Amino acid sequence: MTNEIIQQKLTEVFGEQLTGWETPYDMLTFTAPRDKNIEVLRFMRSEGMGFNFLTDLTAVHYPDRKDEELCVVYLLNNMVERVRVRMKVYLPVSNPDIDSATPVFATANWLEREAYDFFGVNFVGHPNLIRIMNPEEMDYFPMRKEFPMEDPTRKDKDDAMFGRG
Amino acid sequence: MSRPVQYNTNLKPAVIPEGYAGEGYFSTTFDKIVELGRKNSLWPLPFATSCCGIEFMATMASHYDLGRFGAERLGFTPRQCDVLLVAGTISKKLGPVLRQVYLQMAEPRWVIAMGACACTGGIFDSYSVLQGIDQIIPVDIYVPGCPPRPEGLIDGVLKLQELVQGESLRRRNNPVYQQLMESYGIQ
Amino acid sequence: MTDNTHTHPHHHIKLSEESLQKQTTTINLGPTHPATHGVFQNIMEIDGERVIRTTPSVGYIHRAFEKIAERRPLYQITTLTDRLNYCSSPINNMGWHMTVEKLLKINVPKRVQYMRVIIMELARIADHLVCNSVIAVDAGALTPFTYVFQSREHIYEIYEEICGSRLTTNIGRVGGFERNFPAQAWEKLDKFMQSFPKVMKEFEDLLNRNRIFVDRCVGAGPVSAEMALEYGITGPNLRAAGVDYDVRVAHPYCSYEDFDFMVPVGTTGDVYDRYMVRNREIWESYSIIVQALEKISNIERSDPKQKEIFYAQEADHFHLPPKKDVYTKMEALIYHFKIIMGEIDAPKGEVYHSVEGANGELGFYLISDGGRTPYRLHFRRPCFIYYQAFPEIVKNGLLSDAIVTLSSMNVIAGELDA
Repeated sequence: MTNEIIQQKLTEVFGEQLTGWETPYDMLTFTAPRDKNIEVLRFMRSEGMGFNFLTDLTAVHYPDRKDEELCVVYLLNNMVERVRVRMKVYLPVSNPDIDSATPVFATANWLEREAYDFFGVNFVGHPNLIRIMNPEEMDYFPMRKEFPMEDPTRKDKDDAMFGRG
Repeated sequence: MSRPVQYNTNLKPAVIPEGYAGEGYFSTTFDKIVELGRKNSLWPLPFATSCCGIEFMATMASHYDLGRFGAERLGFTPRQCDVLLVAGTISKKLGPVLRQVYLQMAEPRWVIAMGACACTGGIFDSYSVLQGIDQIIPVDIYVPGCPPRPEGLIDGVLKLQELVQGESLRRRNNPVYQQLMESYGIQ
Repeated sequence: MTDNTHTHPHHHIKLSEESLQKQTTTINLGPTHPATHGVFQNIMEIDGERVIRTTPSVGYIHRAFEKIAERRPLYQITTLTDRLNYCSSPINNMGWHMTVEKLLKINVPKRVQYMRVIIMELARIADHLVCNSVIAVDAGALTPFTYVFQSREHIYEIYEEICGSRLTTNIGRVGGFERNFPAQAWEKLDKFMQSFPKVMKEFEDLLNRNRIFVDRCVGAGPVSAEMALEYGITGPNLRAAGVDYDVRVAHPYCSYEDFDFMVPVGTTGDVYDRYMVRNREIWESYSIIVQALEKISNIERSDPKQKEIFYAQEADHFHLPPKKDVYTKMEALIYHFKIIMGEIDAPKGEVYHSVEGANGELGFYLISDGGRTPYRLHFRRPCFIYYQAFPEIVKNGLLSDAIVTLSSMNVIAGELDA
């Protein structure tokens, strides 16, 4: 099963809905519309495609892209054919709702909680969407680009001395 | 693996405190005996969270054997331990837990901060990491390194032994100590 | 029973309805309980000795690796990877170097690849030794632990000769190694290779057919193949469940395709299977190192010049020039400065690279926007993903089985919380 065949099979079913086809460093990558993500995942998992392993799920923040600031990335693995595929879904940061992948892959549970914790992606239908790494009292999503890395309570560091002034 | 056997000729046995000795008896002051006992039988509570915890394991294991210095008895309950050995990163989420464990320990209690993270936050200058455990509990010995070598930790324990030996019997009655505790808001 | 919402100030432990009616007991395991091997908290609902429900909570040593990585030039991220799975740092280091090499399209010379294989397999042995001996400790046997830690120290000594550090190794550089292996490293490696089989054999003799150990482990915490795949379990835990997925075979990297080794699999995926799979993998790693040593000596015999090459020429601008040149040559000084200050831009691109870490598929998802630092770097940490299956695995088992299960899953707090 090569990247071309996968792309062909996917376009047969979903047609023009899947966009952004590319193969950076030999990994097939495409973008799905945000209301179709579960449908695509289910199709990928089905008998004919055999991508029954969700290797990874994460999010990326692109503050400069208007209305698609957040990107949820799914990485699927077909263990038998030894192929990996990457699926992206873009969301606006003002309305970061996306259907949860937990009904399709149990793995998605904590990965989605992590993406919520770091980026504030709201996975609709997730059984327990609470923060996983940070304390629940936290009131921001730290991995978004606008938030600083450093501990804000630290007083002994002068930013100017570190070239960050 | 064959290694040349080397006998340590610089052995320093534990110093016998001043006192009166005779046939079958030895008498000295009470505080010196307690000092001797405390110093040579420290019970560490390993609060091992990350990488330093693995080096701590290596220190306890056969190769470095912290037991040689009387500290092989790990207590896993704070009520029974003398030394809180904080090995590893302490995040802000874990901070209250660490403080709770410290409060549960009975006097006399000492704290070793093992590794850069416990001392200062180390390389993790990030929103989630406590920048040194001395922000929440008082620390007696800082062992630097990321992680410190087992020899470093052993040195830290030896330094602590010196400290223990030099301390008065009831250190918590000491005004300096009371002031320190007060600065951390600990009764 | 007036207050039904009895909560702890920090951990929000809420007693369940059964517990309030005294039908079950709620116990709090962690976050600093010694049996948890790190800072995990499990609030368990138990009925007698039987675990009914487990609610794990993690994140107690969350250090924001991914955020820090966005501020670090590529080669400085190696130090972060050290602290992921700190029982086998070199595998993480190499995985990261290979990710960057993939981004930069650098081909590493064969001899260097084999040297990397040696380092990675040593790390795998060290990691498996810790995990397997800790299973024994949790089952009540301390002897194997003190025994194999001696061998583990020998591995650390080899690391020390190569990179000067024991645990958080920061070994290698983008494109190869920071320097050639010194003669002492090869010597120590030889000595290790001679002494290790005996130690390992004895370790196996102590435990494999030990009645108490077998009784404790067989049938405890079983994982079926379907469940393992459903929960994204990888590494020895997946293989113990009977799925022969190994990144070294499925997506070969670092010339693993040149080596002849077995992928051991179990059947029931219980603690004993996981233990046995790791033991078998130690032997396989040992045989890989033997093969790698032979391949290296073949290369050196056929082309003695190769002996001096320890990094890819294409990665020159990522490799610190020798100190002697820095002090005497302008160009070397400039490069030294640029590298130290992290002023070298990486090309634009999006890479996923994964290696077979000691506890599963360790992936690096790197998005570079052409700047000096990654735009986004995500670590696929195997134990973060498979630890979520823990409540399911220990359900309806005994509490003491839950403890051995946890240690046999090789969950590393540093990697889990990143």
